Amino acid sequence: MAFEIEGKTYETDEEGYLANLSDWSPEVADFMAKEDDCDLTDNHWEVINFLREYYEEYQIAPAVRVLTKAIGKRLGKEKGNSKYLYELFPYGPAKQACKYAGLPKPTGCV
Amino acid sequence: MGNGAKKFMYVNRRAPYGTIYALEGLEVVLIGAAFDQDVSMAFVDDGVFQLKKGQDTGESNMKNFSPTYHALGDYEVTKLYVDRESLGERGLSQDDLMELTYEDEDDDYKEKPSIRIVDRKELMKLMEEQDVILNF
Repeated sequence: MAFEIEGKTYETDEEGYLANLSDWSPEVADFMAKEDDCDLTDNHWEVINFLREYYEEYQIAPAVRVLTKAIGKRLGKEKGNSKYLYELFPYGPAKQACKYAGLPKPTGCV
Repeated sequence: MGNGAKKFMYVNRRAPYGTIYALEGLEVVLIGAAFDQDVSMAFVDDGVFQLKKGQDTGESNMKNFSPTYHALGDYEVTKLYVDRESLGERGLSQDDLMELTYEDEDDDYKEKPSIRIVDRKELMKLMEEQDVILNF
């Protein structure tokens, strides 16, 4: 599968995750979010940027449990809970946010 | 750990690259960590190379997944047993291994080392205590 932004083609897997990590740009995240009828706010970007940093450091996308805990530690308790994260990313915080962040599907997600 | 948690040990025996075992084994550990069991990992034979510091896969065109071992603490996998004899036989010591730590929730989130070097006898005893042993 693939999509196009301003003449550039982006390859994805069958679930819409970016095939090449290095293709990512903020425009890619915006485009993917629009497809899901989701407008990215600063709160979304906090999580997306966090995921990209986590991947950079550990070479994996964290499981949702790990993400929730780490977000709480980094951004404060009121954000480190599944209610907050599911409100931002109703399709599942790890899955949906990782997709927008250009990461592969989290290890252990089915 | 709740009642009924089983003791799982993942035994890693192979070098990190060249076969897919080490990477697949690590992924199984990360996935399995979601199930709230009592998880440990053992590194024996060439498996000790998986924890070697300063891995560089640049020329082999393989993904260097060694940074992922640093995430194990986040997944509450905090017991990494390394066989002392296997290290010695390969001219390695603890100083050659990555420094892996976890935060102990029960002790004010203090950072503690995850790697424990054990003798073969201790490892045997640990293996005997397990409910499930998976080899990679």
